[in-house]
Amino acid sequence: MGEVFVITSGKGGVGKTTTTANIGTALAMLGYRVVMVDADIGLRNLDVVMGLENRIVYDLVDVAHGRCRLRQALIRDRRFETLYLLPAAQTKDKNAISPEQMKSLCEEIKNECDYLLVDCPAGIEQGFRNAIAGADRAIVVTTPEVAAVRDADRIIGLLEASEVRNPLLIINRIRPKMVRTGDMLDVDDVIEHLAIELLGIVPDDEAIIVSTNKGEPAVLNPHSKAGEAYRNISRRITGEEVPFMNLENGGGLMDRVRRLLGLRTS
Amino acid sequence: MLELLQRIFRRDSYKTSKDVAHERLRLVLMHDRLDLSPKVLDELRTDLMNVIKEYMVIDEKTMEINLEKDQNCVALVANIPVIRMKRLPHS
Repeated sequence: MGEVFVITSGKGGVGKTTTTANIGTALAMLGYRVVMVDADIGLRNLDVVMGLENRIVYDLVDVAHGRCRLRQALIRDRRFETLYLLPAAQTKDKNAISPEQMKSLCEEIKNECDYLLVDCPAGIEQGFRNAIAGADRAIVVTTPEVAAVRDADRIIGLLEASEVRNPLLIINRIRPKMVRTGDMLDVDDVIEHLAIELLGIVPDDEAIIVSTNKGEPAVLNPHSKAGEAYRNISRRITGEEVPFMNLENGGGLMDRVRRLLGLRTS
Repeated sequence: MLELLQRIFRRDSYKTSKDVAHERLRLVLMHDRLDLSPKVLDELRTDLMNVIKEYMVIDEKTMEINLEKDQNCVALVANIPVIRMKRLPHS
C-alpha cells in the first residue's frame, strides 16, 4: 500500500508544482510506482510542467463523479512507465469535488502505487481542504522570504489541526551568494521559525525555467543543481539518508578577502 | 558608499537585509500565532494558577491573564491578587 504526500505551501508561486513534478519523476527513476494528482481545480498546471498536456482525456472531477474509471483518466508518462498523472479539471466550479470524494479517490489510488503525490492549490480554502483530505503526510514548500515563510507557518498550523502530523519542509530557491552577503534568509533562519523537519534545500536554478519550457522535469538533467537537490529529496522520502547539499562553493573574491581578514561572521 | 564599506567589514551594528527579514518574521509569526483560542488561554490560566498556588494563596476569581501586543513586542500580562504567602520550607 502506498503513501500519500500532499505538497502544499499556502503562498502561490513558491514551487509546489515544480516540486511535485520533480519528486514524482525522481521517485519513478528509482523504480517506484508513482501517481501524481493535480488538485488545483480550475488552474491545472502539473500537466504542462510534466509535458503531458496533450494527452488529457479525462480528469480528476470526471473520476470523482464516476464519468470514467480511474484507469481511463490516468496518463502514463512518456519517459517512465511507472509514473502516472491524474490531471485537474479546468472547470470554474470550485466545489466540483468534496474532501470525502478526494479521500476515497486517494484510498483507491494508493492501493496500486508506492507513492501518491497531491499537488495542492495555493490558499487555505476549499481546494486546500480537498488536497489534504486523503494525505498521510505533508511536504511544505517555502522560499526564504518573509511572506512565504509566514504562509508556511499558517499552513503548518492548519495541517496540525487537520491531523496531518509531522510535515516535512523544503526550502526552495536558495541563492547561496545572497545568503553569503547577508541578503537572504538562510536555511537555519527558516527552520528556526517553522520548527519542522527539513526534507531538502533546493538552490535557485535557471535550469528550472528551461525545464518548464520544455516540459521535462529538472531531475532528468544531470547538470541541474536543483535537479540534483530533488533527486536527493526523493531518496530521503524512500528512507535513505542523504546529506544536505553543500551550496557553498568557494565564494566570490570579496568573500575570500573577508575570510582572509577574519571579518566574515558566518 | 558608506553602506558598501560597512557591508564589506560587516560591523556589528550594521544590519543586513537578512537580519531585518529575520526580525520582521519573528514578530509577524508571533502575532499570527497569538490568535489563541479561549480554550488554550483557559488551559494556560489553569496551569499558571496551579504553579503559583504552590507558593501563595491567590484570589482566583479576580485574577486576570491577557496577551498584550503592540508594534514591537508581545507580553503576557497577569494580574494576580495575592491573599497570603505560604510558609515555604526553605525560606
